[in-house]
Amino acid sequence: MDTTGINSLRNGPDDDGRFGIFGGRFVAETLMPLILDLEAHYRAAQVDPAFKAELNDLSVHYAGRPSPLYFAERLTKHLGGAKVWFKREELNHTGSHKINNCLGQILLAKRMGKTRVIAETGAGQHGVATATVCAKFELPCTIFMGATDVERQMPNVLRMKMLGAEVRPVTAGAGTLKDAMNEALRDWVTNVDSTYYLIGTAAGPHPYPEMVRDFQSVIGTEIKDEFARTQGKLPDAVVACVGGGSNAIGTFHAFLDDPDVKLYGAEAGGHGIDVENGHAASMTGGRPGVLHGNRTYLLQDKDGQILEGHSISAGLDYPGVGPEHAFLHDSKRVTYAPITDTEALEAFQLCTRLEGIIPALESAHGLAQLMKVAPSMDKDQSIVLCLSGRGDKDVESVGKYLGLL
Amino acid sequence: MTTRIDTRFAALKAEGRPALVTYVMAGDPDLATGQAILEALPQAGADIIELGMPFSDPMADGVAIQLAGQRSLAAGQTLRGVLGMVEDFRRKDETTPIVLMGYYNPVYSFGVEAFVTAAKAAGADGLIIVDLPPEEDDELCLPAMAAGLNFIRLTTPTTDDKRLPAVLKNSSGFVYYVSMTGVTGAVIKSRGAVGDAVDRIKSHTDLPVAVGFGIKTAEDAAEIGKHADGIVVGSVLVDAVARSLVDGKATDQTVDAVRTLVAEIFSGVKRARG
Ligand SMILES: Cc1ncc(COP(=O)(O)O)c(C=O)c1O
Repeated sequence: MDTTGINSLRNGPDDDGRFGIFGGRFVAETLMPLILDLEAHYRAAQVDPAFKAELNDLSVHYAGRPSPLYFAERLTKHLGGAKVWFKREELNHTGSHKINNCLGQILLAKRMGKTRVIAETGAGQHGVATATVCAKFELPCTIFMGATDVERQMPNVLRMKMLGAEVRPVTAGAGTLKDAMNEALRDWVTNVDSTYYLIGTAAGPHPYPEMVRDFQSVIGTEIKDEFARTQGKLPDAVVACVGGGSNAIGTFHAFLDDPDVKLYGAEAGGHGIDVENGHAASMTGGRPGVLHGNRTYLLQDKDGQILEGHSISAGLDYPGVGPEHAFLHDSKRVTYAPITDTEALEAFQLCTRLEGIIPALESAHGLAQLMKVAPSMDKDQSIVLCLSGRGDKDVESVGKYLGLL
Repeated sequence: MTTRIDTRFAALKAEGRPALVTYVMAGDPDLATGQAILEALPQAGADIIELGMPFSDPMADGVAIQLAGQRSLAAGQTLRGVLGMVEDFRRKDETTPIVLMGYYNPVYSFGVEAFVTAAKAAGADGLIIVDLPPEEDDELCLPAMAAGLNFIRLTTPTTDDKRLPAVLKNSSGFVYYVSMTGVTGAVIKSRGAVGDAVDRIKSHTDLPVAVGFGIKTAEDAAEIGKHADGIVVGSVLVDAVARSLVDGKATDQTVDAVRTLVAEIFSGVKRARG
């Protein structure tokens, strides 16, 4: 009897879009028919060889997949433990993993006959990737971005504008990713008929968390294949940073049923977990609640009002997390740990100096977590970091923090 | 079980006019003035009151109600505080129905069972929770019904005939038709289309149908009220609160501003059926 899959952690979500108690479809009625329609189109696309072929072709020739798996020799020596590998998602076209998801979703938008695209963005990487595919597929797009993030990620704002996108700064709240998402949802409710909402992370109402995970799962699948081919084994540990959680779930998913592979997610620890409203570590410092279409871990006060949170990294500065991570946190399959702004800055500099790779501040959180784990591992073991993005967008912000400007 | 909402709609049907449903944010602009506004509504013409439960992230609301929620939260409003307002109101008014309207997270955080029990005990009659579609009925709709609260569902221009029965299934009290695809405070593009939609919903249910979103004037109320069993005004009322403030604080104009506007719109409701 074939028993694979019965106790698999990879079976979620269920028909209601739940991963355990997390996920769901907590949206206004106006949007409900639309997300049901989206799901139907996604189901049809999943079994359509033409869809897969087109996505694959774009991934190879447009985005540049597969991304390299790189042995970080100097970092390995420096840390003195496990062999350190980088999955180089920062080498993808547009400079991060975000393009994987955008290519999949833009093909869906086309299939659905939508004539306009909207998206939220924090670090601007998803905004850039969305503006990019919209340019290529001839769709007008509007990107919602918190005003604080517009300021700290200016290079990406300019890229989006050059690509033809309209960038709408959002001044509500702290002017970060949460506020951008609220505003995108308001636009979507207003323009349901014409507009495709291209969500940038593995969160939101079902089917987005599943769909975004599927489009990002290529990351982990490639790591697994490459390791099997060149090392003849599985890696011993895998690390990724967690904002909404798309690069992390994409990295982890292929390994969920391999209990020997340790999985680590780095949350934004900001000024420290003990600082009230001073971090964005929703699993370490929050509790379950409902926001932006799904139940998940949220930073909130005792009355269920959502907190703004803080992170040096715009892409991680979000008070929630994708529902599948909430589930993997409760089931203890993945270890989620907070990384402070300071630790991320140190990792950022170390990576730059030792490997000649400037990582995104988001990815630097993952690296900081790796730096805590690798030294105590054996020298013949291997640990892989999803280097989710490049740090070009951050050089000015980091320069300011380091007093170089 | 007959609720205050059922009784009120039945009485108005006999009277031959639509209900005026007024939305205000609980505790806006401050807790005491918010209470005074609430208590002034029935006298001014409100038949049913929707009391907004403030939320930090009101995804379906336009700027007016977003700001009202921020004022209320800044004034220290909590969900328990909202229930306290209902309790105080009930000491003076036994008959005007109150529907609590907001988003799910504060309720979920309070605890669903604790909330429906407390809301019923305080004297609330129904709930409108924007981000709970019928797909999530197990969360709050069914517990609320069991506690004797009406669960009022939003139907929208995107709710087609195929979906309507599912939306109406566990609805009670009345059906709230959202006049447009958009956030609160936007503008209705076609009144004619709203009338058609109301007729379409009425062919599926015996529940009263109230229309909200985008109703701003007595004339809107008179026009939409020809077809609808109720009309809902919200953004213009919270805007009136906002405009009466000086340096963000209530003035002696604040309660009057709301009272006057409700009375004005009530005149439209009265002439809706000629
Ligand atoms: C490079 C990079 N990594 C990670 C993230 C965080 O997003 P997610 O958790 O969805 O991967 C972002 C988001 O902007 C990003 O730009």
